[in-house]
Amino acid sequence: MATTGQEEFTLDTAAELAAEEGGAKAIQGKSPWAIAGRRLRRNYVALSFLGVFVLVVVCCLLAPLYASHVSHLGENDTNSGGVVTVHGQPVHVISQGGTKIVNGQPKIVFGGIPIGPQWGAAGGQYILGADELGRDIGTRLLFGGRNSLFIGVTAAAISTALSVILALLAGYFGGLVDWVISRFFDLIWAFPVVLLGIALGTALSVNGFHHGFHLFGVFIGLNLSGSSLWITILVIAFVFIPYIGRPLRGQVLALRNREFVEAATAQGAGSVRIMFTELLPNIASSVLVLFTLIIANAILTEVGLSFLGAGVRLPNPSWGTMIGEGSDKLSTAPGLSLFPGIAIAITVLAINVFGDGLRDALDPRAKIRIEHG
Amino acid sequence: MAERLLEVNDLKVRFATEDGIVQAVSGISFELERGKVLGIVGESGSGKSVTAMTLMGLTRGVNAAFEGEVLYKGTDLLEVSDRDMQEYRGNELGMIFQDPMTSLNPVYRIGEQIVEAIQAHERVDKRTARARTIELLRQVGIPNPDTRVDNFPHEFSGGMRQRAMIAMALSCNPSILIADEPTTALDVTIQAQIVELVSRLKDDFNSAVIFITHDLGVIADIADEIIVMYAGRVVERGSKRDVFYDPQMPYTWGLLGSIPRLDRPRPERLHTIEGSPPSLINLPDGCKFRPRCPHAFEKCKAEPGLENRVETPGHFDRCWLDVEFKRSHRDETISGGSAEAA
Amino acid sequence: MGAYIIRRIFGMLLVLVAVSLIVYLIFIVIPGGDPAQRIAGRTATPANIASIRHKLGLDKHGFTGFFIQWFSLVKQLFTAKLVSYANQTNVVSQIKQGLPATFSLSIGAGIIWMGFGVLVGTISAVKAGRISDRLITAFALIGISLPVAWLGLILRYFLAGERGSPSWFPDGGYVPLTSNPWQWFYHLLLPWFTLAVLFIGFYGRVLRSNILDTINEDFVRTAKAKGLTSRRILVKHVLRASLIPIVTLFGLDFASVLGGGAIITESVYNLHGVGWYAAQSIQSEDLPPLMGVTLYGAMFIVVFTLIVDLAYAYLDPRIRLS
Repeated sequence: MATTGQEEFTLDTAAELAAEEGGAKAIQGKSPWAIAGRRLRRNYVALSFLGVFVLVVVCCLLAPLYASHVSHLGENDTNSGGVVTVHGQPVHVISQGGTKIVNGQPKIVFGGIPIGPQWGAAGGQYILGADELGRDIGTRLLFGGRNSLFIGVTAAAISTALSVILALLAGYFGGLVDWVISRFFDLIWAFPVVLLGIALGTALSVNGFHHGFHLFGVFIGLNLSGSSLWITILVIAFVFIPYIGRPLRGQVLALRNREFVEAATAQGAGSVRIMFTELLPNIASSVLVLFTLIIANAILTEVGLSFLGAGVRLPNPSWGTMIGEGSDKLSTAPGLSLFPGIAIAITVLAINVFGDGLRDALDPRAKIRIEHG
Repeated sequence: MAERLLEVNDLKVRFATEDGIVQAVSGISFELERGKVLGIVGESGSGKSVTAMTLMGLTRGVNAAFEGEVLYKGTDLLEVSDRDMQEYRGNELGMIFQDPMTSLNPVYRIGEQIVEAIQAHERVDKRTARARTIELLRQVGIPNPDTRVDNFPHEFSGGMRQRAMIAMALSCNPSILIADEPTTALDVTIQAQIVELVSRLKDDFNSAVIFITHDLGVIADIADEIIVMYAGRVVERGSKRDVFYDPQMPYTWGLLGSIPRLDRPRPERLHTIEGSPPSLINLPDGCKFRPRCPHAFEKCKAEPGLENRVETPGHFDRCWLDVEFKRSHRDETISGGSAEAA
Repeated sequence: MGAYIIRRIFGMLLVLVAVSLIVYLIFIVIPGGDPAQRIAGRTATPANIASIRHKLGLDKHGFTGFFIQWFSLVKQLFTAKLVSYANQTNVVSQIKQGLPATFSLSIGAGIIWMGFGVLVGTISAVKAGRISDRLITAFALIGISLPVAWLGLILRYFLAGERGSPSWFPDGGYVPLTSNPWQWFYHLLLPWFTLAVLFIGFYGRVLRSNILDTINEDFVRTAKAKGLTSRRILVKHVLRASLIPIVTLFGLDFASVLGGGAIITESVYNLHGVGWYAAQSIQSEDLPPLMGVTLYGAMFIVVFTLIVDLAYAYLDPRIRLS
């Protein structure tokens, strides 16, 4: 058997041909979801990163347990005058200024520096160190993770749900409906993501969001105070709408003229039924892939907004606010910014790798353009 | 005149895919002489395109494995390095493809693409290459070639694009022109023109042609020899006369029966071959056509060899059926039930 | 062609009108509470608020009120009269002051990310499945997963002397190109890199998948059948086709950072650009600068969308401008 040598670059005609010439027939009779499931099960890298993500989520959910049993400090409990015992020696959580005798020489010690990571030396307290108010970074990291993950996942879910509905309406009805929805996408698209996010976030944080109406004495609408997490969630959900809506609209448009939709129409199925039972299942794989990728981006956007002060409001911790709080204490307490950043990078990387595997399995062409500058 | 250009000996091609090993071609042999037209016929998945692309070295890759020999003027092309293969492609062997729309690069002008082919093999300046391109376009029947040369592919009609493809394939005067379903994507009226063009240019350029199609009717006029492929195998091989007038393989009858013909009484309906070609990963035992063959019997559980079973030398088939039985039953399939001699 | 451009410019103006409407909605209509008070900022006096209410037509109500309010906001934005009430500075002149830093950051980072993105994506596709591809893919995935703010802080901490240890790079700040070109370059290196990392990862991945798609195109097979060299096929046929979508991406992303979208990078490195200006006003809840920067950012994207469409038509002759 003569196997050809390595080429300078592989024109993968072979794989393509093989698929054309019968490879495709071998997997006949299996649903696309089953094939995707099989591909995903074989992708151990993607699966292990899914495991990492689940682990992060579980850790964050166990935050109250950590606070009560390990660090003995709640998420917003300050302890600036506190003293902890490290290796039997009392140590101030926030260092006291003054002079100290080191090797017979007096040395000036600056005060106000929070205790660094103890890695268990202080009996579970301040494992990752303290911030300038004596709060436990580990505790805040876990609670902040709850907020960041909650915001990311919820915002992605809302954004995806709205985009799917808009894309279905635009693609199915076409004409004026499509024009209006597409122009709406174009308009949001015309703003830099972070800029639109901080504009909305800041404007809404001053007095909150209070819109709605009373129907038979029942209030229908939203009443959110300026410091509500939901403001951040809705802002992020809003700015990402065109990033999911645009590609999905294109897909629906292409499906719209396919025979099965005509067949359903001929059988007298209503618009809503066609949209949700005929069109939606056909874009479901793309929706799932885009949703996963948007979670990663929503978490990063939350970080950006909170870092700038236009996202989660203090004293609520989130990974973004924690990085922001630590940014001007970089030289004395780098852990303040360092640890939340590592947590974000691990989480987002896990989602991205898993999302990548999901995309390879389900919809290899799905792409999403996002910038966080 | 009878210079032997190509000799393929027991060529086998297989690909490793996600789903297993695909045995795309399992043993094909033929010879090709200058001035001759070889037709390779079969459904999609029969291995005919893989065979053609393998001759050009276009199936090479980490996932592909080859056996056998492809002797071009005595050199085994399977052993030629990738770099040296570039000299054969376009220069010695030219190829045209099924869909002329996607086979031409949409962002370059027709002329640029042909000039590129010329300059890949010959040291000529742009002006000379361009003049030759215009002449080639004229030869393939493109009107106003001196202005059309600067058009983009999307400004050409389907038939004209295929003419341009042919001009490109012939630009370096190759000895062999491989046409892989060149008419499939075209209108019926254009198909005949393209076939006629290929046949005429073969004589003008003194080359040989391998014409691949799923439609026996297309090559009825021009082929000298015909190979019928099924599931990666040659199932029948013979002169055009043999295959058209004394077909030995029930699969060939099916192909013949699916050609609409004016020289025969109209059948109740055109014949279609039931079922679909087998998966190349899990081939059935015995004769590969057995699951779809209306005449299959006990013996077919063993695969028949490619042998000469009729009086005419050079006419081979892979069928266990008795020759006389076949001769008396094949017209049911070929002409849709009405027994009639052609 | 000429008619097309005129029509597109007209359409662009309509989009800008719509963009101004969005800005109006974001700052005046959508949030709860009194818009005049919100715009006046935290330190406002009742007289201030009353004057703003009058100037922006916020004392008008109903349908006509809506148009009067919108129009007066647009007028303020476009006639460069918008003032930050927190410190009585003119928003437009502040944005203008930020332009050199923002442009320096964007142009340098754009060159880096486009160059490296194309390089990395091409290598990764050409070596698909091999070690180099896997490494690049891994780094690209890490690159798009890093929060920009954190990356900036980490680089400052380790490379710019925040640790008290060697400072190989200046710790933020912007030196105008005209005053000292070397210092300008030196100060911008870390910000350029920080901003480019995300884009390099993203562009590399998009280009890789584009190339792998294009390699299976029929016209690439034709190019191979013509006997062209691998290099020529790659450059003339594969890359050319694969880069077209990248150009679109680049146009939009570049417009976004030019328009102040690099707000995080600018604040981390204390580059006094347009984005930094916006970031400053978040802390003080000073809305007029945000209005100005948001509109300014959208303007860049709208203009670049037109440029991208024109470039697209040039790169892909199938697209006819009509």
